[in-house]
Amino acid sequence: MSLRKETAGGAAKEDYTPVTYDPQYILMVNNLKKYFPVKGGMMSQTVGHVKAVDGVTFNLKRGTTMGLVGESGCGKTTTGRTILRLSGEKTGGQVLFNGKEIYDLSNKEMRAMRPKMQIIFQDPFSSLSPRLPVGEIIGEAVREHNLVPKAEFNDYIDKVMDNCGLQPFHKERYPHEFSGGQRQRICIARALALNPEFVVCDEPVSALDVSIQAQIINLLKDLQEQYSLTYLFISHDLSVVEHISDTVGVMYLGNLVEYGKTADIFRNPLHPYTKALFSAIPIPDPNAKMNRIVLEGSIPSPANPPSGCKFHTRCANCTKRCQEEAPVQREVEPGHYVVCHLYDK
Amino acid sequence: MKNYVIKRIIFSIFILFFVTLIIYTLIRCLPASYVETMAMQLSTKPGAKPYEEWVAQLNASYGLDQPILVGYFRWLADFAQGRFGDSWRFTVPVIQKFKEVIGVSFVMGAISLVLELVIAIPLGVIAATKQYSKTDYAISASALVGISLPTFFFATILKLIFSVKLGWFDTHGLVGRNYAQLDAMGKFLDQARHLVLPIATLTIVSVGSLMRYTRTNMLEVLNADYIRTARAKGLSEGKVIYHHAFRNTLIPLVTIVGGSLPGLFSGALITETLFAIPGIGYTSYQAMTAGDIPFAMFYLSFLAVLTLAGNLISDILYAVVDPRVRLS
Repeated sequence: MSLRKETAGGAAKEDYTPVTYDPQYILMVNNLKKYFPVKGGMMSQTVGHVKAVDGVTFNLKRGTTMGLVGESGCGKTTTGRTILRLSGEKTGGQVLFNGKEIYDLSNKEMRAMRPKMQIIFQDPFSSLSPRLPVGEIIGEAVREHNLVPKAEFNDYIDKVMDNCGLQPFHKERYPHEFSGGQRQRICIARALALNPEFVVCDEPVSALDVSIQAQIINLLKDLQEQYSLTYLFISHDLSVVEHISDTVGVMYLGNLVEYGKTADIFRNPLHPYTKALFSAIPIPDPNAKMNRIVLEGSIPSPANPPSGCKFHTRCANCTKRCQEEAPVQREVEPGHYVVCHLYDK
Repeated sequence: MKNYVIKRIIFSIFILFFVTLIIYTLIRCLPASYVETMAMQLSTKPGAKPYEEWVAQLNASYGLDQPILVGYFRWLADFAQGRFGDSWRFTVPVIQKFKEVIGVSFVMGAISLVLELVIAIPLGVIAATKQYSKTDYAISASALVGISLPTFFFATILKLIFSVKLGWFDTHGLVGRNYAQLDAMGKFLDQARHLVLPIATLTIVSVGSLMRYTRTNMLEVLNADYIRTARAKGLSEGKVIYHHAFRNTLIPLVTIVGGSLPGLFSGALITETLFAIPGIGYTSYQAMTAGDIPFAMFYLSFLAVLTLAGNLISDILYAVVDPRVRLS
């Protein structure tokens, strides 16, 4: 208990080597941590932490898409939000956006930075304010940040809406008058109206039905080309991620266990968790035999993760070392990183 | 919308019918009988008829010799035609007495509602934006105290402190001893002075629930995804809270405040009685304890109409302020 008290409020500040800015990367995430306090007891004091994101490291090249996959509750969404500084303060690590540590910015500087880094949320039904007409939802922040001259404002909004497949007369309507797919288009238009460089897509299609999913994915791809956007695409749908991503990161219990080019990851998954995860992708052939690797047990609690490698409780290749020592990220082939003792040389 | 309102009004009339039937039955069953009190007084006069004969005669003249149901429908027939009768206790037409006393009740109700809004809404918003902070705990705790305090207890404490110990205000009444000698301005100030404690009581015992209501609704909105969207847009925190969050909190607030508007006319029976303020509440209390059936029936049916009107107003306002709701 005393040990936990000492680490209350998060990990010590110096448990990572700071990275230096490399201009080819729009986003550099280094050992990012985000813990949520668990309140309990008589005086609702902090009795522990949910380690939602526990040391995530990756770099994201300009104009590319990185897919972030993992099962529910593994910290994908928290990672996305923490990168954008949308869930309070981080617990540790670095987030360099265009070389600037975003957590060092003042509130005012952060607000000025916001248009450059946007997010599309999972649920298009709850992420649009029900009392504002669509034109206002899309245009409000454009006006707030003075992104276009007043005279061009209306044309600008019309153009953005047109790019996202919306009609100008939609501006007067309220979100509840639209279908799920159209609402997600509104969310996308809202994000794009700010002319961002980087967009976190937090499961943007998982609330939509399959035919609409394809439209939205293709829209996102077209817009990426047109606006030279960089995406962090969070999803649990592996086929969607394979379709849209240049690189893929696999998360398990707050850790990025494997990370590399999409082709490498899908053809040659290395981490035992990635192997199990990818064996669950359905094959569109009724006669094909599926070699599913079924993981034993359930995902451990992120409030009290296992010692050593967090995956050791469910891993088929678990050794004594895995139970005691946490593995570090290593580059197995160029651009393909894995966090596993099995690949130590 | 129009059809909806018409449907609701027709439905309300049905409810009113049953409400008044129940009220009438209850009043007739009450032990406080005006007739018996009168008969008692009259029969003690020298050379008067015996008590039983007086009772029989008075019952016949007040229509109380009829069965309850017959009496009710007679009352209903008069009520439907706008004939509210004469008050037995005050010996003037009910409607005249009502006009005399409603003014002060309305003033008290209106001032305390305005104070309530001005205090409760900002505090509720602050408590919600600083959830689990010391400010939040202080506000929530005082709201709970306000809700839990019984009116009669709190009014007595106020009287003890401000009237008895400090001597700032009179303990009861609407006007002071030398009211008649004051000029117009002095009369106004004298009445205002007498209303301070009753209004303070009314406001403090009712401000808590509105504050908690604001806080709860604000919290719900603040945790909504579209607030995160607003923050992600890079709006200032003030804009996020007042333009996005508070606007959406207004929907339920407008609804309940609108619904409470008819209540401005209902008076405050306990507070008015404790401070002996001659408003509709205190007057009705006197009428009811005296067994004054016409006045009590009028007041209680009036309350029923106000409640039904309040509900109707809330539902209509809900459709007006929330673009998602369309009544049909």
